[in-house]
Amino acid sequence: MKPRLTLGPVQYFWDADTKRDFYARIADEAPVDTVYLGENVCSKRQPFFDQHIEEVAERLTRGGKRVVHSGLAEVMLKRERKSCADMAEQDMLEIEVNNAAGLFHLPEGKPHRVGPYMNAYGEETIAWMVSKGATHVTVPTELPGSSVEVLAKSAAELGIGLEVQVFGRACLATSARCYHARAYGRTKDNCQFVCEEHADGMELNTRDGQSFLRVNGIQTLSHSYVNLFAEVPAMAAMGVTDLRLMPQETDMVEVARIFDDIRDGRIEMAAAEARFETLNFAAPLSNGFWHGEAGHRRITAKAAALA
Amino acid sequence: MLNILPGPLARRLPPPSELPVPLLPLQPVFYRIVRRVAAKHPELFERLGKHQRTDFIIDVKDFPFALHLRPFPPALILRAVRRERLPKHQAAIAGDFRTLLRMLGAEEDGDAIFFSRELVISGDTEAIVTLRNAMDDVEGSIAEDVAEMFGPPGKAALARLNAMAEGPNSEGDSHDNG
Amino acid sequence: MITGDVVGELVCPAGTPASLRTAVDAGADSIYCGFQNATNARNFPGLNFTPRELAGAVDYAHQRGSNVLLALNSYPPAGKFDLWREAADLGAELDVDAYIVADMGVARYISEKHPDRRLHLSVQAAAASPDAINYYVREFGVKRIVLPRILTIPEIHEIKAEIDCEIETFIFGNHGLMVEGRCSLTNYATGLSTNMDGVCSPAHLVEYVKDSEGNMSTQLGGYTIDRFGPQESAGYPTICKGRYCNEVQPDGYYAFEEPISLNLSKLLPDLMEAGVTAFKIEGRQRSRAYVRKVVSAFRAAVDDVRAGRDPKLADLVALTEGQKQTEGAFKTKKWR
Repeated sequence: MKPRLTLGPVQYFWDADTKRDFYARIADEAPVDTVYLGENVCSKRQPFFDQHIEEVAERLTRGGKRVVHSGLAEVMLKRERKSCADMAEQDMLEIEVNNAAGLFHLPEGKPHRVGPYMNAYGEETIAWMVSKGATHVTVPTELPGSSVEVLAKSAAELGIGLEVQVFGRACLATSARCYHARAYGRTKDNCQFVCEEHADGMELNTRDGQSFLRVNGIQTLSHSYVNLFAEVPAMAAMGVTDLRLMPQETDMVEVARIFDDIRDGRIEMAAAEARFETLNFAAPLSNGFWHGEAGHRRITAKAAALA
Repeated sequence: MLNILPGPLARRLPPPSELPVPLLPLQPVFYRIVRRVAAKHPELFERLGKHQRTDFIIDVKDFPFALHLRPFPPALILRAVRRERLPKHQAAIAGDFRTLLRMLGAEEDGDAIFFSRELVISGDTEAIVTLRNAMDDVEGSIAEDVAEMFGPPGKAALARLNAMAEGPNSEGDSHDNG
Repeated sequence: MITGDVVGELVCPAGTPASLRTAVDAGADSIYCGFQNATNARNFPGLNFTPRELAGAVDYAHQRGSNVLLALNSYPPAGKFDLWREAADLGAELDVDAYIVADMGVARYISEKHPDRRLHLSVQAAAASPDAINYYVREFGVKRIVLPRILTIPEIHEIKAEIDCEIETFIFGNHGLMVEGRCSLTNYATGLSTNMDGVCSPAHLVEYVKDSEGNMSTQLGGYTIDRFGPQESAGYPTICKGRYCNEVQPDGYYAFEEPISLNLSKLLPDLMEAGVTAFKIEGRQRSRAYVRKVVSAFRAAVDDVRAGRDPKLADLVALTEGQKQTEGAFKTKKWR
């Protein structure tokens, strides 16, 4: 069965206008089936875009996309708890929960999606979540393909969707502390939204000058872009139902088109690779996690066959 | 290392680390030591797991030789070796005698010594960390067990060495406080 | 047996049987430890307990009135749940006094199969709000939460007012920064996972590289985590304790945290007043000498506070990593 393509929530702090233009283009041109809207990383950013969600959701729906509202990964403050409660109780949009606080507020048995921040690593955990109303699970980015294969079978038996991130930086850690603010000598409370300076994350290199990580507010991301384009046929065969593209500062419509061609079998891998190259990404590609190797590594087909 | 020689004589000899000491007579002593420790502390060796078969070099900077340790109970090795002709090994720890002695005692926090620059670690870090964790599971002091083997003179020697290892800048009280 | 009535329960780490005995003898009320496999988040080489050693440890502890808490706080990846299931069943057979868990599948299994055993929620579950905590209490009958180290004392007060379970906080040891249970930094650099394999900065991928001038760089999986001059003490290359550069900070800076240690000895009375009943010392990978010194000091301090005296603490700075200490988020929100 052909997997669906989804567009994950924008992790970076893009201003409202940038986001609206971005989603307008996605609505009109991107061959994705589902779009996730919402703020995963920092509740301080929410007021800037929340007011546009309804309008953007409507635009995307008119463009033939299914819309899901995705929630905060870290919940501590009263306003964050309220945000989770409001999301859980509204009926307008399907929701994706990323924190146990979100699960707490769900009315008994209400259908919902479980996001990649919820640590659904195993069948037992997923079975538990399904028993409480989960209809769809996105697995953590570090989960290897061998485990995803087992989960895909489980998901099929349980009748739920199983989603894997196939493009974009991997979230490696979150924290209560804002590392963006810290780099500028500030704290989260007086950050002055400095994370807006880095639309693709702030570089964090080793003292030898090697690229290593990216900082985005409370989040630490990989420098490399996960790109599992070559693994799509295997994923389809094992029953992964949805492939998530995380928005980066690049032509995401073209990225979606390449993945669309791959899932439809319209393009050879070499041609796909050439098309990715023309996009001139700000970072190298990686697929290490999927292959059970160090996340930053890129394992090519030949090497994988020898393994 | 040890100022056991009278001053005038000590000044005329090469430094202790360069003394042309014959190694052969030392080997049986070291072998007895490692066998005794293995007999008294089997849990230490069990905890080493696959690193029982690792060859460690313990380079005691102020001795005229290094030690080769392979803690594999069916074929234990602890012997003196020449620095210029080290056997094949996967991990090495270098430090002066005082520091290494403090590691074998139970009184000080091994981590503080281990990760200070007083010890230089090279090769398989996992082997060394495993060795350290395994040694920490030993009840009592390995240094004391070894000293006991040599009777009262052994214990006296160890007491003197401990005092010297702690030196004038030590906390001094790490022996009470049990 | 933990009844939850003890105020000021001292919860101490044990990486080996000898450490456990040391902790019990030094006055620990509860000791936490794990098996020699991926089921716990301190799966380091040469550390932890075989089933037989755990049996001996439980005997030793119970005979002296101490509790044993079994850490099963990592996340079973698909296809590997049996390891965690067996560990849980073994724990029940050996009569441990509580399990420390993070994964929902593990929590569910224990709550159904061993409903008479206590479940404590690990800091690895990252439950930092009353809502998240109450979720676990409601669904799995969790009796105690180990709070993430990111909360201030006033925040702990507020949480206590809204939850129905006991609170345990860290008071000494290695300062964890990232939301626990959500960190795959080690996996990114090495291929081994903190959440799935229970490892952090695994030693076999650590290298200390010295250059001709005596400078030392510490590396993990080929990435340089930090560099030290010839006179400086080199730390262990933990990614979140390293120094990095960028356009904002072109000289190496501690992007995440300095390698310092948490020491809340002075805040003990405030923590108790906020409703914390159990105090956790970090350090399963630390030596027996460390355990003895720290546990004894906090035993005396807790007893002093309970009796209304001022705690007199020996200076524990020498045992703290990098010889510096902090009160972290507990003292001030400015830490965030």
